Amino acid sequence: MTASATLPEASPLATLEIDLDDLLEFRPGLLSLTATQISDGRQTWTLTPRLTLTHHDHAGVGTLELDDGERRLACWRYSMGRNPAALKFERAFNRQRDSLASGLPPPPLLAGICPICRGPLAPDEDDCPNCARELHTPPSTWTLLRLWRFARPYKGMLLAGFLLTLASTAATLVPPYLTMPLMDDVLIPYQNGKPLDVAKVGWLLGGLLGAALLAWGLGWARTYILALVSERIGADLRTTTYEHLLKLSLEYFGGKRTGDLLARIGTETDRINVFLSLHLLDFATDILMIAMTAVILFTINPWLALATLVPLPVIGWLIHAVRDRLRTGFEQIDRVWAEVTSVLADTIPGIRVVKAFAQEAREAQRFREANKHNLHVNDRLNRVWSLFAPTVGMLTEIGVLVVWIFGIWLITEGSITVGVLTAFLAYITRFYTRLDSMSRIVSHTQKAAAGAKRIFDILDHVSSVPDPAKPLVLPPVQGGIRVENVHFRYGNRAILRGIDLDIQPGEMIGLVGHSGSGKSTLVNLICRFYDVSEGAVKVEGVDLRSVAVADYRKHIGLVLQEPFLFFGTIADNIAYGRPDATRAEIVAAARAAHAHEFILRQPFGYDSLVGERGQALSGGERQRISIARALLINPKILILDEATSAVDTETEFEIQQALNNLIRGRTTIAIAHRLSTLRRADRLVVMDRGRIVEIGDHDELMAREGAYWRLYQAQTRQLDALPALGAPVEEMEKPA
Amino acid sequence: MSSAPRSAPFALTRNPMGRLVYVGADGGIHEGVVPVRAFALSAPDQGIALMSAEGRELEWIERLDGLPEDVRGLIAEELAQREFMPEIKRIVAVSSFATPSTWRVETSRGATELVLRSEDDIRRLKGPGALLIADSQGIHFLIRDRKMLDAQSQRILKRFL
Ligand SMILES: Nc1ncnc2c1ncn2[C@@H]1O[C@H](COP(=O)(O)OP(=O)(O)OP(=O)(O)O)[C@@H](O)[C@H]1O
Ligand SMILES: [Mg+2]
Repeated sequence: MTASATLPEASPLATLEIDLDDLLEFRPGLLSLTATQISDGRQTWTLTPRLTLTHHDHAGVGTLELDDGERRLACWRYSMGRNPAALKFERAFNRQRDSLASGLPPPPLLAGICPICRGPLAPDEDDCPNCARELHTPPSTWTLLRLWRFARPYKGMLLAGFLLTLASTAATLVPPYLTMPLMDDVLIPYQNGKPLDVAKVGWLLGGLLGAALLAWGLGWARTYILALVSERIGADLRTTTYEHLLKLSLEYFGGKRTGDLLARIGTETDRINVFLSLHLLDFATDILMIAMTAVILFTINPWLALATLVPLPVIGWLIHAVRDRLRTGFEQIDRVWAEVTSVLADTIPGIRVVKAFAQEAREAQRFREANKHNLHVNDRLNRVWSLFAPTVGMLTEIGVLVVWIFGIWLITEGSITVGVLTAFLAYITRFYTRLDSMSRIVSHTQKAAAGAKRIFDILDHVSSVPDPAKPLVLPPVQGGIRVENVHFRYGNRAILRGIDLDIQPGEMIGLVGHSGSGKSTLVNLICRFYDVSEGAVKVEGVDLRSVAVADYRKHIGLVLQEPFLFFGTIADNIAYGRPDATRAEIVAAARAAHAHEFILRQPFGYDSLVGERGQALSGGERQRISIARALLINPKILILDEATSAVDTETEFEIQQALNNLIRGRTTIAIAHRLSTLRRADRLVVMDRGRIVEIGDHDELMAREGAYWRLYQAQTRQLDALPALGAPVEEMEKPA
Repeated sequence: MSSAPRSAPFALTRNPMGRLVYVGADGGIHEGVVPVRAFALSAPDQGIALMSAEGRELEWIERLDGLPEDVRGLIAEELAQREFMPEIKRIVAVSSFATPSTWRVETSRGATELVLRSEDDIRRLKGPGALLIADSQGIHFLIRDRKMLDAQSQRILKRFL
């Protein structure tokens, strides 16, 4: 295809913005591909069938290399954010070059398939949700308002609480008001020689008592109702956060420390709770009180009221000035606190290692350091804080002084009575104690805001293996799995590079390969613990990304490389995936996994407690319990990742015998280093550094004398060096 | 290693495809070898391994100074091509103090933006004040000593620590 009239040289078929130059410095550049040429703005190459464009990446930098089969012609770099665009560019290049070579026009792009990950696209969209750039929207600063979402269910009670607050605050404002007539109409006239109006005194004093009683009753009801509500909001917050956390992907947990998550869900929800039930309430009361007092003061005497309010703006400014520092300070304290918990969460599960290497002193030191850091951060904050409260106190004293001075002057002028000044002084003390407590709330609010932010950090996190908005219904699972051109990376490290595998229903696949070759990773993708970076995993022809995760996982029985047992009885652990299983079923599963006998040797049989993480059991015993757990759910797909690596050969053989019956009718993917474990596999898949290098059964692969043969030889040779184990070749084991 | 010979027991050249070719003492030829630093952060100049494309160690180089000029040049060149850890010189602005946050930074490799997913992606290194920041793309940004940054950058940074 030569430069045709319809496609002028200048109109590029594809362009790629790159952001790094040859020296790996950030500098924008542009690659463009026309029908006949590829250019980077400085140099242009004419397309020939021999040109190839290859891409690879390392440490977050992607590289595109152009070569003619003999020499590298050019090399361009970009940061990984542009990788999808670069892959698209590479594909456009290949299409153009291939059409040039064959003389045929380039094939049309298939509709309905994401050009980047080749996953399915919804018919009405052309941006693949998996390849779209992640959105980076930070949580808003008004985080606390977002707690409203949790408060909404308790709207009614909250309204009642608010009305009660209003009423009780009003009730507390009555007594100072009554002091005014008490002074002006009773005491001062009495002092001036008039007789005491006993009835009036009775009324006024009765009013004082009544107001106090009313305030007490209303206050009690309000505190009770609001405490009730806030406790519920706190509980909802905690459970919602935990539920959300459970739904997040393994990737999220991989990047978080246990101690930090514990601190967030435990301590911080509690702090928010206390904030809502105590401080927020106080705050609302304070605001009401101040507003009402201000109104009353202004109705009595606007000039004196103005004098009273003089320190208010100063206090407001002060609050504003320290607020930011306080909030960041509290955020920092939270993080440091999480660090302290993390030390514990790290060390306690690893206590055996700590003791084995006699590192108690070092761990203690680490804890001390974390605490020191905590102290340091707290001290810094307290410096600001300790100055703040007394300053507010001093300002209020000054305020009272101002009122005295101004009031006395007004009395001498004759514009107010003594009663008015007394009432003012009574109000103003209330007013300023309120202001004082209101300024204290700054710290609590900032603490709660910091906590709320960390909670919403979890709540806002979208799982990286999201459930589709409109999940497809999974057809009845037979166990057919297709892995299509799957690429996968952890962070910036490519782990799987182009895996293609078609597993038939009921087939047993043995996955072998060197340690670190990506076997467990492939299994993780098949379970959809992670999403593929490119390509697709399909079950019964349906892309895993388009079905609900939980729906699919029901069909998978998984035995992990590191068996994990929960605190509880053995029976509970076996029945973990199906809590409604009958005892007979539990026993049958345990028998199949050859766990039955050793379970019976435990003091309470199936009711024996296994400690946290199953410390009370041996490694092989733990493995057998997790096999039983997988078998009990009667899955269509059984995945055994080194499921029997920790049991002796004889037991393994027995488990295998039992598994043989169970494997029938299910798709089984078994990973093992002991190749004899995989004797019964229909096909063996040999992996090496993220690629499949060989597929076939044992005999075929032995005949091929390739990677499998070498693995096999290595195992048998090791055994030859141990003449004592003169077992037949088939039963050869790698010494543990 | 003071008495190290000036000639290496292996040969290293670059082929027209831009790949490094290694010829070992035993005559084995490997194409596409890559140099890798063993302690990329704490001791970048000590211990460099030459790895084959299959990921096997071909050569262990205790120190680069012991090598002949040309080999050292090739290794340094290749390392420079592979290593990408921009050093943050200044934090110009951040989109928010809550994560995820987009930072505009000036680095040793020019001005750019990075997205910090969460505070956990800031890792404290051994040295005093040294930090490693992983952005959402997997690029690592280095801060050699945060006390050496200007006041504004320090203030911003402190909010995330
Ligand atoms: N969560 C993770 N984050 C980053 N890298 C990982 C993670 N999990 C595994 N890897 C890396 O991925 C590669 C493949 O790991 P994988 O667990 O799949 O190996 P494997 O074949 O199962 O090995 P083994 O036989 O030892 O179990 C390894 O190099 C490992 O370092
Ligand atoms: Mg594994």
